[in-house]
Amino acid sequence: MGFKTIDEANEAVVQRMISTQPTLMDVVPAKSVIPELNDENTKTLLHAGPPIRFDQMSDPMQGSCVGAILFEKWADNEEDARKMLENDEIRFVPFHHVNGVGPMGGITSANFPVLVVKDTSNETENNTAYCTLNEGIGAVLRFGAFGPQVIERLEWQRDVLGPVLSKALRKIEGGMNVNGAIARAIAMGDEFHQRNIAASYAFLRDLAPIITALEDVDQKDKEDVIQFLADTDQFFLNIAMAAGKVMTDTARNEIQSGTIVTAMCRNGHEFGIRIAGMGDEWFTGPVNTPQGLYFTGFSEDDANPDMGDSAITETIGVGGMAMIAAPAVTRFVGTGGFNDALETSNDMAEITIAENPNWIIPTWNFKGAPTGIDARLVVETGILPVINTGIANKVAGRGQIGAGTVNPPMEAFEKAITAYAKKLGME
Amino acid sequence: MLYTITKPNTYQDSIVLMLLSNKLNEVEGVNKAQAMMATPANKDILAGGGFDTEEMREAGANDIVIVVDTDDESKVEEISALVDSELAGGADDEEEVEANNWRKALTIAKEPNVALISLPGQYAAMEGMNALHNNLNVFMFSDNVSVEDERKLKETAHKKGLLVMGPDAGTGVINGTPLAFTNIINKGNIGVVGASGTGIQEVTTITDRLGGGVTNAIGTGGRDLKDAIGAITMIDAIKALNSDPSVDVITVLSKPSSEAIQDKVNSVLRSLDKPVVVLYLGDTPEYTEENIFHAYTLEETAIAALQKSKGEEVSFEPSIKEDVTANFNDKQVGIRGFYSGGTLATEAAMLIKHATGEESAEDEAFVYKSEHHQIIDLGDDMYTQGTPHPMIDPANRLKALESAASDDEIAVVLLDNVLGYGSHKNMAAQLAPAIEKFLAAKKDAGQEVVVLATVVGTDKDVQGYDSQRRILEGAGAVICDTNDQMVRTALNLIGEKVEQPVREVKSFDKTNEDLTVADSLKDLISGELSVINIGLEGFTEALVDQEVDYVQFNWRPSAGGNEELMKVLQFLNHYEGDI
Repeated sequence: MGFKTIDEANEAVVQRMISTQPTLMDVVPAKSVIPELNDENTKTLLHAGPPIRFDQMSDPMQGSCVGAILFEKWADNEEDARKMLENDEIRFVPFHHVNGVGPMGGITSANFPVLVVKDTSNETENNTAYCTLNEGIGAVLRFGAFGPQVIERLEWQRDVLGPVLSKALRKIEGGMNVNGAIARAIAMGDEFHQRNIAASYAFLRDLAPIITALEDVDQKDKEDVIQFLADTDQFFLNIAMAAGKVMTDTARNEIQSGTIVTAMCRNGHEFGIRIAGMGDEWFTGPVNTPQGLYFTGFSEDDANPDMGDSAITETIGVGGMAMIAAPAVTRFVGTGGFNDALETSNDMAEITIAENPNWIIPTWNFKGAPTGIDARLVVETGILPVINTGIANKVAGRGQIGAGTVNPPMEAFEKAITAYAKKLGME
Repeated sequence: MLYTITKPNTYQDSIVLMLLSNKLNEVEGVNKAQAMMATPANKDILAGGGFDTEEMREAGANDIVIVVDTDDESKVEEISALVDSELAGGADDEEEVEANNWRKALTIAKEPNVALISLPGQYAAMEGMNALHNNLNVFMFSDNVSVEDERKLKETAHKKGLLVMGPDAGTGVINGTPLAFTNIINKGNIGVVGASGTGIQEVTTITDRLGGGVTNAIGTGGRDLKDAIGAITMIDAIKALNSDPSVDVITVLSKPSSEAIQDKVNSVLRSLDKPVVVLYLGDTPEYTEENIFHAYTLEETAIAALQKSKGEEVSFEPSIKEDVTANFNDKQVGIRGFYSGGTLATEAAMLIKHATGEESAEDEAFVYKSEHHQIIDLGDDMYTQGTPHPMIDPANRLKALESAASDDEIAVVLLDNVLGYGSHKNMAAQLAPAIEKFLAAKKDAGQEVVVLATVVGTDKDVQGYDSQRRILEGAGAVICDTNDQMVRTALNLIGEKVEQPVREVKSFDKTNEDLTVADSLKDLISGELSVINIGLEGFTEALVDQEVDYVQFNWRPSAGGNEELMKVLQFLNHYEGDI
């Protein structure tokens, strides 16, 4: 690739991540852009994290699978759905392998609407990434719920929310710039994993006038869409995730050298990372259970092990990496307060090699988001990335029971750099 | 003329852009400038403010647009660079001096050029290699580094134009800054290279006390002149000092080494125009040279260099303390040296052996042990297992003095007190009661004995040269000015004398060695010192006092101490090739 040292390669990877222009273009049915979901002969579900078998999945993730099967009408009851899953009638593909990411269980089937985020920094070669739409809170599929209310919401998203957002986004010439949206919301106290409220409101602000002006949409549907966006504080998280995926994949596709982490994700069983120099290979270790604050009546005993592709936000330098950007949530995620948040971000600066000048953090004395986790530095210093995360009940369908932070297993980073050293000829 | 710079799809808060605009307006040659997000409202403001350009009008709401009014087109590039650096963020941090990994240490250090390493041996070599990889010279206080590692480090350093001082380098002065166990020495025109720590201290402090000065005293580590290493550091250091116009005389200190290595070093020395003083301590020099004075003792080395530095002929007359007398009984024939400085002990052993002709028995516990005399280096590894060095902790010497009270053979006791950074803050006060007790015990036993002591230091050392002498004197010790004088005084007391070697002047053809020196080495000895101190935090004391920039690297084993992973990291960090 023309680099002399790993430092040079790493610098190039990070600069490419930073120079990416993630742009929200559209919302489309997943099967229209992901061929794996459009296979008549093989029923396919996408999932979060590195590859996993159904029998390895935790209860909420299995519940999500049941929900997706009911949504797709491959079965009309739970029992039949589980039979299909247990009899290996369903093919599982990591969302990451088809240019996308999914929150929590990440379970996604053909007719889910997905956000389309494109890198528009390069006219000739546009990378595109996808992410499902945020479902709001309460009983939701991503936490393993599959009751009628969940399926109905998914159907509404498929039939109303997705198409309306698509029509609105297409009215924005050149799409909606995500970098700018993130930069603005950082100044309003978002960190893009635990807190997306400012960015979500700004998204609503930008889209509401367009939606109300749409001519071929029912008034009721417009009202419902706007109400849903107004109610969904975390709506922007999924946009940030798709942006993260396109940033990392653009860099990953162009440069296969060095030790910068290009993906972090978890499936409730294993935590997987990728580094630029090892291309598509996953390096895994057992997932941890998040530490944090629980809603009344719940404790760590109720918590599901860590899951979801949302750690892509930390991979691009926000979320737990930019903890200091969101003073409002620092206590919620289990840190002691401002000073602990400051310490967290200072620690993160020790394992990242750049600051993203597009994303200046005022509360961090105007430093840029700490970007480009160098797997070498993680192993050398023993400092693990900090991931902000929701905590799922380990029983399917009971939803979120708290929020906190979680670390990846060191093992994944150790395996990654060891494999890379071997690839470069270390005996 | 208006020029427009657009930063597409880049968002900054309006306050940031107003501050940026202010900065741009301060640039000389800029009539006026304004940076804004190119929203429709802002574009109106720009147009109304006389910043109406086509590019500005075309920019989108997600773009930063900067319009500059200047008569000098070349300013645009400057402005563009300024915009980039201002928008890159990274507000000034308060000054940090502590790090716990290399990356941080290198980030916060100000143009570092020396890594001062005092880590356990198994890690020292690895971090030494990391330091060299980061283009730092290495001062390695650590010992227990294998000869293979030392060779690898020094070969790597040589290739990169860097210097590895050590391993086991106790002493060094770099461009006037004392490192590790070192005295504060006046700067001056004598350059010293030495393979021994206390040897350097003795020579430089004598030089200082006699009004001379040493700007660089480079410790090579005790094994540098072994065949396995090949004097790599010694030779590079000699060449560096030779290239420094402020150095008038070069002093070289070492223990004797193989003929091949001594020839190699001498060959370099014979290429130099600058006068040289060389000491292979332990050998009796058989000849000297016009330009290279071959010295016999440390004091002679210091004096010869000082004389040469003034353009004088070398003339050294050893001295003894004349007015010291004692009536010894028949049994009292022995000298006992309880040293904290290894090279001083070696010098004592040599002089006693040359005076008495008594061979030393093979006994690791002694530097010299003959029928009557014993010289012990309490700083030797065998005495420092689990206890601090005797320059820091008096315990072993107090014990030695205590047991000496019952040794009937003793006529004279020799003690050294080495001052400087790293050493005990008041060793004299520790030794004084033990000396008094020893003398009292001897008196009770009906014996007269003499305790001789020498203080290695300067009036600038924190312990205070004069007060340390006074405290020891007050306890009944006789203070000698140098180790040479102390040993000769002891010999005189027991009726022995060392003859100064007679040296005929030989001449050799001038050799023609390549004396080229890397710029990085020239910078090391004459430029600003900036240190990354890896390990013992105490070593930063000297740096603080001397107002030298430093970073304290609070080292812990990387990768949690996993050696396999450390090797992987080192491989990756040092990897060079097409990737």
